[in-house]
Amino acid sequence: MSEEGTGVVAHPEIEEDSCKGCGRCVAACPRKCLELKVTLNKMGIKPVGYTGTGCIGCGMCFYNCPEPYAIKVVKP
Amino acid sequence: MKTIEQKGMYQKFPRSGKDTRVTHYCAGCGHGIVNKLVAECCAEMGLQDRTIFVDPVGCGVFTYYYWDAAHISAAHGRASAAATGVCRARPDAVTIAYQGDGDLGAIGFNNAFQAASRGEKFGCIFINNSLYGMTGGQMAPTTLEGEKTTTTPFGRDPALTGHPLHVCEVFSQLQAPVYIARVSVADTKRILQCKAAIKRLFEIQRDRKGYALLEILAPCPTNFGMNPLKAAEFCKNEMEAEFPLGVFRDTEKTGVGEAAIPKPQAPSAILAVKPVPQFATCAELFGVPDGVDAPPAENDPSVPERRFKFAGYGGQGILSLGICVAEAARLQRRHTLWFPSYGPEQRGGSASCSVVVSGTPIGSPTVEHPDVLVCMNQPSYERFVGDVKKGGIVIVDASVPIMKQPPEGVKLHQVPAIKMAEDFGVPKAANTMMLAALRAFKATGLDDEHLETALCASFKKKPQLIEKNRDLLHRAEAALKQP
Ligand code: SF4
Ligand code: SF4
Ligand code: SF4
Repeated sequence: MSEEGTGVVAHPEIEEDSCKGCGRCVAACPRKCLELKVTLNKMGIKPVGYTGTGCIGCGMCFYNCPEPYAIKVVKP
Repeated sequence: MKTIEQKGMYQKFPRSGKDTRVTHYCAGCGHGIVNKLVAECCAEMGLQDRTIFVDPVGCGVFTYYYWDAAHISAAHGRASAAATGVCRARPDAVTIAYQGDGDLGAIGFNNAFQAASRGEKFGCIFINNSLYGMTGGQMAPTTLEGEKTTTTPFGRDPALTGHPLHVCEVFSQLQAPVYIARVSVADTKRILQCKAAIKRLFEIQRDRKGYALLEILAPCPTNFGMNPLKAAEFCKNEMEAEFPLGVFRDTEKTGVGEAAIPKPQAPSAILAVKPVPQFATCAELFGVPDGVDAPPAENDPSVPERRFKFAGYGGQGILSLGICVAEAARLQRRHTLWFPSYGPEQRGGSASCSVVVSGTPIGSPTVEHPDVLVCMNQPSYERFVGDVKKGGIVIVDASVPIMKQPPEGVKLHQVPAIKMAEDFGVPKAANTMMLAALRAFKATGLDDEHLETALCASFKKKPQLIEKNRDLLHRAEAALKQP
């Protein structure tokens, strides 16, 4: 979703190396636009990734995540 | 553009010296979710510079690496006790204790409960994940019936280990708390409710309204033996069935919970609370002689520490004898401490006190091995004589049969203090006789003049006795100095 004029599209930003792959955000996303990746991060864990479309910037992924810096949400 | 991101936490968590910003929590741990909310609320309310967190022992132990505010780390189960000290010493601060269910529900329950009962002005965040997490998933008081833990491998059996402890419900029986609520972080809706509750907790502390308890049901995937999503389900379904969510009390907002607690009637005159008198000095508090002004202690490393023990029956003036010596030391600008012993046998039984006199600041007021022991009766003599240091002195009333010899190198003086006092017609003055003995045997290392001033000052409230005791002191001393 983009807001007129700003050009910003809502999306999650993931810091892969801080993600523990617990999947809480995946389950919480109302738009089902997060999924665990198949590649490994530095800790040897499969981190979460954004499918690239559908985010409405609700922030539920951030609030369900136990890690402070694994995921944040940018929105218009 | 707006970002929903972490507030109120440090940018890095250099816990193991590494350049890391990953917490120590297991994947999917409820602590992590709560930690983020706490930091966010603290920051959003602009309270970081006022907040002192009291951190627990348990999985929550490392919150000081995460929350950007002041921290004190308490011993296991003692966060509420430490928070009591913090919130009393720093009334300007927002004090928040963070405790788990092993910490608060078991080891520290009484600390937490009494602090709540006293209505201490701090907020307690209580993480209930139904077991001891850090130590390996043992049963906690909050463990559900039938829940498997490492110490209840066949499920908790109430017949053997009791029923789950409902902390909010128990605390709701108390008069003082202003806020008691239970929330959860099992899903989005609950997390947002949890955030609102944490805000409320901070609000109450910001305005110093009173004690607040927030219990948070949290999943522990590791010790539940479940993946993070299953663990969250367990938290929502099984734990909530035992521990219903809700606001048990928010006195200010709703009055909910208040009615359940019978309010005491207006207190009768005997029970009316009287204002606490303000004592300017300890001397006043203990009814110790005052009115003799002395400048503060002077440091003089050449004066070694001397330790005294005075013991006898209650009523023999043992405690005031100790005070006299301490007071004389004070007049001589020594460091000194007087420490009465209130053993279980205090009433009508033995009384004893310790005095330490030193040229340098004193670490401990207790005396295990005295240099000088003064005993007025047999039990106290027998109890303490073996402890006297080599080179020390024991002064004992002559009425005490010496069944036990003092250790080698300790000088024993038998002084007929009780008899002398009777002969002088003042049976209550046996302690003055002992003071005379201390002077005669040069046992105190203090000036005679100060000992005498201290003695006189102790009769400030009975001035008619001052001269009498001074006279007794001199006569007794003269008698004792006779070969
Ligand atoms: S902000 Fe909302 S919609 Fe976007 S990824 Fe996160 S949970 Fe999904
Ligand atoms: S971003 Fe957070 S919630 Fe999502 S998988 Fe990673 S650690 Fe778990
Ligand atoms: S053991 Fe349980 S409570 Fe402790 S960090 Fe791991 S998941 Fe959290």
